[in-house]
Amino acid sequence: MSRKKQVLVACGAGIATSTVVNNAIEEMAKEHKLSLDIQQIKISEVGGYVDTADLLVTTAMTKKEYTFPVINARAFLTGIGVEDTKKQILDELIK
Amino acid sequence: MSNLNFDESLILKDIEARTKEEVIGMMANNLIEKKLVKESYRNAVIQREQDFATGLPTAGVSVAIPHTDIEHVNQKAISIGILKEPVLFEIMGDSETTPVKLVFMLAMDEEHSQLELLQRLMQIFQDADFLMYLSNETDKTKIKEKVTAQLDFSLKGGE
Repeated sequence: MSRKKQVLVACGAGIATSTVVNNAIEEMAKEHKLSLDIQQIKISEVGGYVDTADLLVTTAMTKKEYTFPVINARAFLTGIGVEDTKKQILDELIK
Repeated sequence: MSNLNFDESLILKDIEARTKEEVIGMMANNLIEKKLVKESYRNAVIQREQDFATGLPTAGVSVAIPHTDIEHVNQKAISIGILKEPVLFEIMGDSETTPVKLVFMLAMDEEHSQLELLQRLMQIFQDADFLMYLSNETDKTKIKEKVTAQLDFSLKGGE
């Protein structure tokens, strides 16, 4: 069995926006029967996951370059372009 | 879990400001006066906004959700600021700015505990007509009632 993909969900504080995004990704995982390891963290904590993460979904701006893809999650908050964002995330997860 | 503080006194209308720092300062000072947050909250929110912007372009008027860590908060509260003229906020996760008309300042006292409230807030952001209504309504009691109904939370002292 392949390893669960690890998805980091991050915002600046780890309180407000990532909670909403975290839930949206859990729903997606359920809907598509994906088994994921979702970690809700602060953006400052991403460094601790560089070896294990497969994807970072964040509402905060990231200036750093990572070895895994980064997807902006603002759409989950405003509803604008949310289907595109979901598709981007799914494409990464079923690779 | 404590109840959320939200009433007419936390709705600030016709805010006249030129910068996001001024807007945040006014709204934070109001929360400080009511002892809902600590003195440190104001600068913490301003700093947070500089590091991690919260401006959100929507299908209607742009909004912002300034907030900070729980250590600066005494009691959970939400404050709504309606700006007379839009003020530029940086867009969340972006380097661009957006002219913000409505500010929803969050004072959270527990991490990760506000999912339902936040989701309902996001539903408001996806309702262009409702955002337009909030921008133009002059009666704070009506604003309070409509927002409360949308958020569907039980107010302090309520049932």
